[in-house]
Amino acid sequence: MLNNQLILFLSQIFNGLKIGSVYSLVALGYTMVYGIIRLINFAHGDFIMVGSYVLMLITPMLIASGVPAWVAVIPAIIVCVIVGVVVEKAAYKPVRKKGNSMTALITAIAMSLLLENGAQAVFGADYKTIPNILNLPAIKFGALRITGDTLLSIVLGIIIMIGLQLFIKYTRNGKAMRAVAEDKEAATLMGINVDSTITLTFAIGAALAGVASLMYCAAYPQVSPMMGAMLGLKAFVAAVLGGIGSIPGAMIGGIAIGIIESLTTAYIGTITGGIITSAFSDAIVFGILIIVLLVKPTGLMGKNLGEKV
Amino acid sequence: MKKSILSTKQSYIICGLGILALFGAFVGICESGIINSYDKSILMVACIAIIMTTSLNLTIGVLGQLTLGCCGFQAIGAYTAALLSKSIMAAHISMDPVAQFLLCMLAGGVVACIFGVLVGIPALRLRGDYLAIITLGFGEIIRVIIQNLPFAGGMGLSQGQAGQALIGISRLANLYVVFWVTVISVMFLFMFGRSKYGRAVKSIRDDEIAASASGLNTTYLKVLVFAISAFFAGIAGGIFAQYIGSLTPAMSGWLYSINYVIMVVFGGMGSITGSIVSAIGLTILPELLRAFSDYRMLVYSVALVLVMIFRPQGIFGSWEFSLSRLINRIFYPKKKTKSKDMQAKKNAKLETVEDTKEDAHE
Repeated sequence: MLNNQLILFLSQIFNGLKIGSVYSLVALGYTMVYGIIRLINFAHGDFIMVGSYVLMLITPMLIASGVPAWVAVIPAIIVCVIVGVVVEKAAYKPVRKKGNSMTALITAIAMSLLLENGAQAVFGADYKTIPNILNLPAIKFGALRITGDTLLSIVLGIIIMIGLQLFIKYTRNGKAMRAVAEDKEAATLMGINVDSTITLTFAIGAALAGVASLMYCAAYPQVSPMMGAMLGLKAFVAAVLGGIGSIPGAMIGGIAIGIIESLTTAYIGTITGGIITSAFSDAIVFGILIIVLLVKPTGLMGKNLGEKV
Repeated sequence: MKKSILSTKQSYIICGLGILALFGAFVGICESGIINSYDKSILMVACIAIIMTTSLNLTIGVLGQLTLGCCGFQAIGAYTAALLSKSIMAAHISMDPVAQFLLCMLAGGVVACIFGVLVGIPALRLRGDYLAIITLGFGEIIRVIIQNLPFAGGMGLSQGQAGQALIGISRLANLYVVFWVTVISVMFLFMFGRSKYGRAVKSIRDDEIAASASGLNTTYLKVLVFAISAFFAGIAGGIFAQYIGSLTPAMSGWLYSINYVIMVVFGGMGSITGSIVSAIGLTILPELLRAFSDYRMLVYSVALVLVMIFRPQGIFGSWEFSLSRLINRIFYPKKKTKSKDMQAKKNAKLETVEDTKEDAHE
């Protein structure tokens, strides 16, 4: 009996890890963009939607021609990067030059609406299914069964996190990114091309969104124009929880949100005696956001920046 | 100092007359049979949108903080008004319909205002992006809570309806009463913006550190603005509930809030004239373009980006229409500006509250 409970609990943890690693990948994109230009890129969640539609279109072709389906992630990444760079060049850059942080935020919301409604105009509003992309064997520990894509998500997330951390620490472009995040004007004076650095950040963020779309579609094989909105918001909560601007923070925050979500969905009804049901899980995620922002606005791993006068 | 041919009192009278003339025109349009009941319903929605937009303009334009949760407050107001109205009906208290309408509407406003203070105190410690996200989260929380409250139609009380809607609210909203509620709301919000408090709030928008260094209690002012904004959003919700007669929790979602944000941004952040014009325009335009309704949001989003790139302050910027200034211009014509004023006259008639204060300062 206890054993069954334990197995249920563990499988919930692994469910949380699965969606959490997707959140982590998305949160990494948020955190990098926010770190460098202090803008919540509302459209980031929609990059995943774009990637998923690319997967939906490409996968059947690949399967028909005998290529492994996961190769579809490459065009997905390419399209995401193109969309990300276009969004940044066409909308964010001109607004950044002229407006303040509020106009930039409104532009981000507008770009998100544009991508969502554009997809809706092209593909229709209803859910479409994606063929199974990853056919990985499940691993069994006694009665506990962990699907292959869960493990892959987690491993991929960790590899990407370490890679990004190394990139930012040691490469020339990574150093430029940190410099721009620290002080744009000083970075310009040091001969760093601020605009191309920001574009590079967007490109990396969008590429991560492309990878995330593969992981998401492997876990939940359906796409819809609005799929990115909630996913993006939750990933943003994850980025804030971990400390926005911090790469390990985004990873930890994403996994924490995933686990919290799956555990609340499974247990909150029994714990509170049915007063708060699993239908509240979205509210709980936002509740966490509010508590984090009020108690520790810098997040778990964020640096505290003083206010400049 | 600019010359003005009007005293303060005279300009008040002129503004009063202007509003009465507008009301006359309004009644004329409704009674003469030029428009059908469908058009009247659009007018009603436009009035609700005006209240929402001008109240949101107070937070976005005057205080300079982006909130994405205004529909959360609207939903609170709507559900409060609906539940009060239903309980009045259940208790068989006979009331004058207008009085009942106003009572329920005010109750909605007051409850939304209380929530505004409760949310505002913690939320306004943050600013900018974080405030936007936290208010967005708040709206979503309201939605989820309403969805699951048994007495708000979540499980029971929907009178046998299987869905999530709260139905059977008395439809007491009367277009003329709503017109006056709108006028009073806009007047209050406009006068607040011009008052001592309004100027203090504007100084917070321009430089919060300098404002607090000058001895302003910034937290108090921010919460005050948030509460006023929430109050009027609640009023708008109260009208909405008693006009539509049924409510769904989806109305609290952030996409609806963004609709109102778009109206404020198009009109011009800080301009009540702009808010009114874009509230009316963006309510009527989709009705005219029914055939393209699938592409409405697509067009909005492109237009929003273009406005942000080419005119970040919105169409009207912080410009306000003023009847007394218009009269001044007619008697003391300046070069080049006259034709612009005549054009503006067509656009915004509501904005007729006094202007002499500003003239005195200049």
